[in-house]
Amino acid sequence: MRREQSITKTVDKMTVAIYVILVLMGCLAVYCASYDFDNHTLLSGLVDWNQRACKQLVWAGVGGFLAVMVLLVNARIFDVFAYLFYGAILALLIVTIFIAPDIKGSHSWLVLGPVSFQPAELAKAATALAVAKCMSQYEFRLEGIISYVRVCILFMLPMVLIILQNETGSALVYMSFFLVLYRKGMPGVLLYLAVVAVTLFVLTFKFANVYIQDGETGNLGLLLSQMAIVASMFGFLIVMYKNMEMVGLCAKVLLGTVVVARLVNFFITVDYTWFGYAYILFFAVYAIIMSIRKLKKSFLLLALFAAGSVVFCLSGDYLFDNVLQPHQQSRINVLLGVEDDPTGAGYNVNQSKIAIGSGGFFGKGFLKGTQTKLDYVPEQTTDFIFCTVGEEFGFLGCMTVIGLFLLLMWRLVVIAERQTESFNQVYCYSVVSIIFFHFMINIGMVIGIMPVIGIPLPFFSYGGSSLWGFTLLLFILLRLDASRLER
Amino acid sequence: MAVENDRYIGRKTTILLIMAIIAFCYMLQLLNLQIFSSNYKEVAENQGFLHKTKYPARGLIYDRNGKLLVYNKPAYDVMVVMREVEPFDSLDFCRAVNVSIEDLRKMFSDIKHSVGYSRYTPQLLISQLSIEEYAVLQEKLFKFPGFYIQDRTLREYTYPCAAHALGSVGEVSQRDIDSDAYYRRGDYAGKNGVEKFYEKELRGEKGVEILLRDVHGRLKGSYRDGELDVAPVSGKNIRISIDIDLQQYAEGLMVNKIGSIVAIEPESGEILSLVSSPSFNPSDLVGRQRGKNFHRLMADPLKPLLDRPMMARYPPGSTFKPLQALILQKEGIITPSTLYPCHNGFVFGGLRVGCHGHSSPLDMRHAIQTSCNGYFCWGYKALLDRKKYGTIQATFESWKQDVVSFGFGYKTGVDFPNENRGYIPNAGVYDKVYGVKGWKGLTIISNAIGQGEIITTPLQLANYCCAIANRGWWITPHIAKEIEGGSIDPKYHEKHITNVPFQYFESVIDGMEMSVTGGTSRVAGMDSIVVCAKTGTAQNPHGKDHSIFMCFAPRENPKIVIAVFVENGGFGATWAGPIASLMLEKYLNGKVPDRKKYLEERLYHANLIESAASAYKRSDASKQKNQKKP
Repeated sequence: MRREQSITKTVDKMTVAIYVILVLMGCLAVYCASYDFDNHTLLSGLVDWNQRACKQLVWAGVGGFLAVMVLLVNARIFDVFAYLFYGAILALLIVTIFIAPDIKGSHSWLVLGPVSFQPAELAKAATALAVAKCMSQYEFRLEGIISYVRVCILFMLPMVLIILQNETGSALVYMSFFLVLYRKGMPGVLLYLAVVAVTLFVLTFKFANVYIQDGETGNLGLLLSQMAIVASMFGFLIVMYKNMEMVGLCAKVLLGTVVVARLVNFFITVDYTWFGYAYILFFAVYAIIMSIRKLKKSFLLLALFAAGSVVFCLSGDYLFDNVLQPHQQSRINVLLGVEDDPTGAGYNVNQSKIAIGSGGFFGKGFLKGTQTKLDYVPEQTTDFIFCTVGEEFGFLGCMTVIGLFLLLMWRLVVIAERQTESFNQVYCYSVVSIIFFHFMINIGMVIGIMPVIGIPLPFFSYGGSSLWGFTLLLFILLRLDASRLER
Repeated sequence: MAVENDRYIGRKTTILLIMAIIAFCYMLQLLNLQIFSSNYKEVAENQGFLHKTKYPARGLIYDRNGKLLVYNKPAYDVMVVMREVEPFDSLDFCRAVNVSIEDLRKMFSDIKHSVGYSRYTPQLLISQLSIEEYAVLQEKLFKFPGFYIQDRTLREYTYPCAAHALGSVGEVSQRDIDSDAYYRRGDYAGKNGVEKFYEKELRGEKGVEILLRDVHGRLKGSYRDGELDVAPVSGKNIRISIDIDLQQYAEGLMVNKIGSIVAIEPESGEILSLVSSPSFNPSDLVGRQRGKNFHRLMADPLKPLLDRPMMARYPPGSTFKPLQALILQKEGIITPSTLYPCHNGFVFGGLRVGCHGHSSPLDMRHAIQTSCNGYFCWGYKALLDRKKYGTIQATFESWKQDVVSFGFGYKTGVDFPNENRGYIPNAGVYDKVYGVKGWKGLTIISNAIGQGEIITTPLQLANYCCAIANRGWWITPHIAKEIEGGSIDPKYHEKHITNVPFQYFESVIDGMEMSVTGGTSRVAGMDSIVVCAKTGTAQNPHGKDHSIFMCFAPRENPKIVIAVFVENGGFGATWAGPIASLMLEKYLNGKVPDRKKYLEERLYHANLIESAASAYKRSDASKQKNQKKP
């Protein structure tokens, strides 16, 4: 049974409404951010092709056209041609590396006469389709290393290609597919481990140069990391193994270690971290003994985790110094507050915080902002567009935008959950994850919580490629959702 | 493949929860940035706005007849915002503004060490470029980011005189800034004279122009179309009571002499002329040469910067005698016909106060006419030794109060910032020196003839002469005649009544008239106007006596009072008298009669500076000697 229904009836109107509001707000923000105090007739910015607001309006128009086109095609196309799209886009990404001109070190823009275009923005939609296709194949289950490798290769390939284009920020977006994997059955412990890894990294570096007492008794960063490791191990014991007997013993030993460490340091100076290592070693050995005694392999994982974490902390320095590039090291240092350099690497974030902070609760008012318009904030129409919102529309404006994004993501999760086709559901979650990643990184960066990773704010940031990329992403989702009732 | 029996359906909630937590964290950070941190607004203000001060035009100064004395001319200050300065061709810059590279370095280091220094706000680097220097710099300014030109105005003078009366304008000191929030470093304010006393009226109100400044320091026009700008309010124009023609004439007469002239219109208390000699051209203390000239004038041993009419302290000498005659009459010691003997002086016991030849005995009028020392010594002794008030202390205090009621001993309240109060001792001073029982009239007999401890300023002497001319009252002398859109202090309309009643004056004035017609003041005589005058000669421990002269004319409805001091000029009639005489002619008749032209010639060619200079040297030397003594 196949019911033909008009797309205007079946499309999810709420999502379309949020999309339209966000895009219009984006145009307004771009208009504000690029407003020139010297040529200040209200309309001049909108009809002058040299003005970004005008261009953005045109891009939005083209985006609307694209959206309609997507809604009008047969939904099966996306399923059937998913790999074809994916292959084509990979080819385009490879070509781009070689033919794209060097723009600030990045080779990601294809220049066709007056128009520049970034294929990486389209790659998100194609990759989402490919991942959805892969994971919806008959008998596919996220079990065993092979299935993970298959899916990971699909989104790692474009990631690598984009890194080769020197667009690390855009490449990181593909990490968001892990959230899709999580929804489709990836063990939660992996997500947990990722969080632990980030925490350890932050602690180790943030407090690397802080010493507990007179520079003699140990490095606070390492000690805090050890505490985090121990806390995670307790977490595992309680949540996953549910073994309260072991928890009790380990807690007693922990208390004993702390007391001994303190007492010893009254008499002779001994680095606290040595006690930390000793305790972690005890924990690991105890886990191995328990695994042998109870014939339970999974306790070995705990020992493995302890060893891995210690190695991770100790090698963090090495990785940081040798793997990351200097500007990336510097960004991380500034973010963690290790380096304080308001005119250097911290300049952008410092200025964007000033712009947002100066907005106050109600903002300075439409076109009354100065920090963004006078170019204090860099990239004020693209990556730092949220500054304009913060400066001119204040806390209210910011919360409106954050609220709209939250509403959109909630709505997309609702849509994802009502899909009957696995392909559709995976695709929906891919879209949610990608939008969430952009939202989290972009706004987090602008308000000084996340490191500076240059990725745009969906629907807001100036630029045709980005807007069209997200439009395609979203409207393919809506098209698939609409087709849910067609059969 | 269709979605079926999903084991992981619960993870939907986890995912939504993660999103909500992130959004919540962001809300907290936004609250922190936008609502709980206050300094971001301030930083944004400092970055995005350039508050450009618009300086008001300073009020103009006119003389009593409406002649323009002081006006403004444009000048240009070089301001620098250190944060915006990029490495620049300093040699090129130095050439443009005509300073040496060492000076430029010093200027920069001075700025950095000054109070209130900020990298974000414009700091004064070089003040007062001339229009020519400005033109050269303006051409090249684009090469020097961070440097701005601030329009200023400088004072310009139409007459090269009245420097002390007008005062000058200079950069504010740290003390000015601390005491008045209006001032910022690099502002100008009146430093003395009218410019200082009427600073608040003359300065106007600074305005501000809020300009937008982008990240490269380029100005992007005014903020909100100048909605929040404040236009400067020009200072008020002031008409002063000086008659600039008389002033200029008087200064000419005082060339190469040290001393002062104060001329007052007795009816109103308005100062007509205020000469302090040696003087200087007020234009010397304007602009970039101000500092250099200021130091030159400071170093001059003759102290040209001293405002003598207000600050110099002299014994009044014989000019004090009319006052004594008034007080003695009022106290009933004498009547105009009381006779005292004087044979070349006052002799009592071992004490002798010399006098010059005249008939004896003589009455009060003739005593004033001939400036008889003996007469006033007898009278003063009789006053102090009388038992009417019980003790000599009480008697002396009564006498002192009478003297003070003529404006001596305390500041008159003239509208000048640096007035000296002169000195009239009280009984306690003598008690301390001689013991309570140790003194009587004879002990302090020098006071009788205006010597001793009596000290006056030229202004006080002129004011006292006004009190005589007005027959018993005076109005605090003042220089402001009219303030545009305002009014002068009402205290300058108040009459101060002297302790000596009206009826005692005419006989004293008779004596002063006789002094002109047939006494010591004959030089001041005029053809058709009755002049009343009194000469004075003040003894001076450092050299030749000071020549003093005071007069008023006409006798009825007097129009002008003049007091002249010529340091080391000898007798009052020698130098001070002729100067006053010529000024009377000039002011009352508009020209000097031919028969007095010889006086003019004599004055123009006289040089009393050399003898005065040696006196100043002696005075300085004795001061140093005194300082060495503990």
